[in-house]
Amino acid sequence: MGLTPSPVHANLFRNMLKRTALFAAHQQLGGKLVEFGGWEMPVQYTSISDEHHAVRTAAGIFDISHMGEVTVAGAQAEAFLNATLTNDVRKLAPGDGQYTLMCNERGGVIDDLYAYRLAPEVFLLIINASRIEADVAWLQARAAAFGGDLQLTDASHHYAAIAIQGPAVKDFITQVISSAATSVRAANSVTDLKKNQIAGFPFESHSVLVGRTGYTGEDGFEIVGSDESILHLWNRLLTAGRPFGLKPAGLGARDTLRTEACYPLYGHELDENTTPIEAGVGFFVALDKGEFTGRSVLAEQKAGGVQKKLVAFKMTDRSAPPRPHYPLWMNGAPVGQISSGTQSPTLNAGIGLGYVPAALAKTGSPIEVEIRGKRYAAVTVPKPFYKRTAA
Amino acid sequence: MNPVPSDCKYAKSHEWIRVSGGTATVGITDHAQHELTDIVFVELPAVGRQLKAGEAGAVVESVKTASDIYAPASGEVVEVNPAVVENPALVNTEPHAGGWLFKLKLAQPAELDTLLSPDDYARQIAG
Repeated sequence: MGLTPSPVHANLFRNMLKRTALFAAHQQLGGKLVEFGGWEMPVQYTSISDEHHAVRTAAGIFDISHMGEVTVAGAQAEAFLNATLTNDVRKLAPGDGQYTLMCNERGGVIDDLYAYRLAPEVFLLIINASRIEADVAWLQARAAAFGGDLQLTDASHHYAAIAIQGPAVKDFITQVISSAATSVRAANSVTDLKKNQIAGFPFESHSVLVGRTGYTGEDGFEIVGSDESILHLWNRLLTAGRPFGLKPAGLGARDTLRTEACYPLYGHELDENTTPIEAGVGFFVALDKGEFTGRSVLAEQKAGGVQKKLVAFKMTDRSAPPRPHYPLWMNGAPVGQISSGTQSPTLNAGIGLGYVPAALAKTGSPIEVEIRGKRYAAVTVPKPFYKRTAA
Repeated sequence: MNPVPSDCKYAKSHEWIRVSGGTATVGITDHAQHELTDIVFVELPAVGRQLKAGEAGAVVESVKTASDIYAPASGEVVEVNPAVVENPALVNTEPHAGGWLFKLKLAQPAELDTLLSPDDYARQIAG
């Protein structure tokens, strides 16, 4: 058999891969390291299912240092971002964040990201690792054309980041980050932050930015800071969280968790030829805010409909797990392919997402997945596959 | 459990084969199941199918990936293990026992001499 994903020690190009500040920590924890977007990252420590269940029932901690950070500052920052991103940053007070997308003129997605307002004229964008170069080039070109008081900085190399996710996180995180916020917004404690809020908290002799957000469908936090603070934070959170069931979790579990929550992944559900409307994230496109790149196409699609649409499906036949690129069939004809698919550890069933012609994208429709030349029955279902019950 | 049982021969590609009388039982090694983890689906060959040494005969799928399982030696598939189809996790828990995959009637038993001894395989996975 071929043992894939190949361990990195078999990778001839390992010297070219970037390592995060937590690399040695992953090795110590027995993490299986693989190449991901030019980085050497842990795909799992024990098993994907095990780590997945830890996040759903207790807590998991992820290294997300590969993600990019861009700051946009100046008197023109708000106007620039509103002309460049799909959501409305005017809704953000300092300490607030929002999911948003950056589109090209055709409405195609350059990246999906989080935008936080750190101060009246300072924003932080958290972008996908695989899109740092494309995003920064796009933003710089737009900023140069926009003009005025606007400073754009790619700070990706200066920061490490972790995500700590799961229902138990709120019960132990204050053992490690115990003080009140000292910057961005007022908060007596990290657990006082509401969803999508962010603030700066003292940790050891530094300050870290803590946002209440995540990519798993659970309550949790994403924390950005210097390499040194994030390494210390990782170790201290692991120690504090172990009695609560906290486990280190890799990219494998991150992918199964986000697939169950139906969060799109760039390169799978999103690319430069796919619009937010087609991807089902039109909620984050603020057509009423005025002109922004891609607006005319997105307005037309919102009003007149789309050609293709992202659907969620669940296997009804017993089959191998559905996986990306497997063909999808409806009414006896090929209609598209899987963008993301996996065995859902929570539902114990094969689940997936894929684009089909919009006319066929009704939930409850029979759909077939072709796996190694044979077709297996599935049914389109409402998104998401998993939604946490309010605590 | 001994991760490399001494009564088997091994393929570099992490299958074991155990000969008893005229038939040989095939499975994946403890090392392989440990690398894969989370086995959620097993697809077995049809009984009666002729497999050549090195030919993909089964597919084992973990949450993360699908892996072809190669026949360590040539022969006809005479039996498959329904228990691993019902309960794929058996391949994780008992890779060398209840988690076997298929049995072959060997066409050329001399092929076994080209496979790794337990010691050689143990060295391969240690290296």
